[in-house]
Amino acid sequence: MSIEAGHRDFEALEQAFREMLVAREVLTEREVVERAELLYARTPALGARVVARAWFDPNFKTRLLADGSAAVRELGIEVGTLKLVVVADEERVHNLIVCTLCSCYPRMLLGLPPDWYKSVAYRARAVREPRRVLAEFGLILPDDVAVRVHDSTADMRYMVLPLRPAGTENRNEAECAALVTRDAMIGVALPGAP
Amino acid sequence: MSARFAPGDSVRVAHRGVAGHVRTPQYIRGRCGVVEQVHGAFRNPEHLAYGIRNGPAVELYRVRFPLQDVWPSADSSLDSLDVDLYEHWLEPVGA
Repeated sequence: MSIEAGHRDFEALEQAFREMLVAREVLTEREVVERAELLYARTPALGARVVARAWFDPNFKTRLLADGSAAVRELGIEVGTLKLVVVADEERVHNLIVCTLCSCYPRMLLGLPPDWYKSVAYRARAVREPRRVLAEFGLILPDDVAVRVHDSTADMRYMVLPLRPAGTENRNEAECAALVTRDAMIGVALPGAP
Repeated sequence: MSARFAPGDSVRVAHRGVAGHVRTPQYIRGRCGVVEQVHGAFRNPEHLAYGIRNGPAVELYRVRFPLQDVWPSADSSLDSLDVDLYEHWLEPVGA
């Protein structure tokens, strides 16, 4: 069965399930649409703003690492019930996020996850051979950098706070935020060079 | 309910087979790690999955495992794996 055929099956299932919930007045069509619009409005730019703020404000960084959701709300970003844990890269520590059981992802802050994040291959391999996975993304880490993989198996959602790239000393916060990609906040890439 | 374990405590993940919806990955059962962070108490997903919404909250921990303890063939002894685990899956190790 092709992937497309599989998607069609799931679409039919989703539609039938949604129509049943609406018919039984568990949800309204309007609530479904509003929820979808909310999720589609979320993009990695939100997370990038958070990362750049942490680069420019060490006190914010401290609060972000202590309680991710509360710190993000300080910036006026409403994240609903998201329980955010931010893990910070260090000179000799590189963090990588995966969900082996399904595809848990901080959607309220990064938007919808990329398809590869949900793939069986990424989920199985990220916890087992993270350096090889990273190399396939084009990220080859020095031997003296430890890789710290986070399997988000429960209620918490994880995001990486990458290191601020060298050569950005003269960049302002918004310019630095523009360097922070979705992949850098999952941990499969580093923020772009200026 | 207060947390039974604190950061720095050594713990072992219970090695048991459980039918149904469980959030403890098979690959980590029976492994020993160290508590890195206490997340607080959450409803047990093993109850929630079956519509039991008023069960007791259970403490949730982030536990760190050396990657080579989980997969002996792992590339680097520096690498580690953090997994979120509920308290009823954890047993104390040592004294």
